[in-house]
Amino acid sequence: MSDVAERVKKIVVEHLGVEEDKVTENASFIDDLGADSLDTVELVMAFEEEFGIEIPDDAAEKILTVKDAISFITKAEG
Amino acid sequence: MFDLTDKCALVTGASGGIGSAIAKALAAMGAKVALSGTRREALDAVAAEIGAAHPGRACVVPANLSDPAATDRLAAEAEAALGRIDILVNNAGLTRDGLAMRMKDDDWQTVIDVNLTAAFRLTRAVMRGMMKRRFGRVIAISSVVGVTGNPGQANYAASKAGLIGMSKALAQELASRGITVNCVAPGMIETAMTGVLNEEQRQRMFASIPAGRFGSPEDVAAAVAFLAAEEAAYVTGQTIHVNGGMAMI
Repeated sequence: MSDVAERVKKIVVEHLGVEEDKVTENASFIDDLGADSLDTVELVMAFEEEFGIEIPDDAAEKILTVKDAISFITKAEG
Repeated sequence: MFDLTDKCALVTGASGGIGSAIAKALAAMGAKVALSGTRREALDAVAAEIGAAHPGRACVVPANLSDPAATDRLAAEAEAALGRIDILVNNAGLTRDGLAMRMKDDDWQTVIDVNLTAAFRLTRAVMRGMMKRRFGRVIAISSVVGVTGNPGQANYAASKAGLIGMSKALAQELASRGITVNCVAPGMIETAMTGVLNEEQRQRMFASIPAGRFGSPEDVAAAVAFLAAEEAAYVTGQTIHVNGGMAMI
């Protein structure tokens, strides 16, 4: 697993208080991990902080799963 | 009755009559309080008074809320000074009265900027920490004229009504995180702001107030103290009117 994926999953586990094995790449924040709309805003802000990037609102709206987050951040970092 | 031991509060406009009474009330309940305002000396005097009664419970963080950058800095400085902010009291406010026909753009904008926009910016800055800790109390000092209107105060009434609408929206956004957002709406209170009225004007005002007198800053502070307490956890999106019955809403 890439370093980005590792760090993304760690943030998700911490913020949503879910078991690590539930945080699969295809897991949806809202449908599978029990996040509400505020949680998703908090997650995006946590990603921004952790990776030192800016995630615009229109991009943030499309980050629905763990995989979405990892691929956006990988691209933004690259 | 209410205990705020170990809670940290930021009060804006803390050198004024109502602001200093709020800061003193919160400190008396055990909170550590950061006092903000533009007049450093006046803030130092309030801090010294609080410090004499409750050592170590007051610090001063001056800021000019008409400057957006200074507003953002204030949130960071207060958090640095206190460690965190559990209670935010958006009390700072000013008036630039005049009939609308003659009101300058600048008089409108300054009042909206300081009374409303700065309150939003400060609240936005502190809500993240409150969300993480699952506890927060945001209290805005509105005004009876935000609900009733008042000739000569289109700008002030708009800013104070704006605080009520903003608080209701934020209350809905943040309720699930243990953060309550409420307003206290004072009527006529004995402060510098009402000190400009002459005796005839005062007597005329008294006639329209069932209590027959102006309120004290402590009357307002008591309502704020209640909303800041753990016990007020189920009160959110509300406005407590402290006006001697002048307007019953």
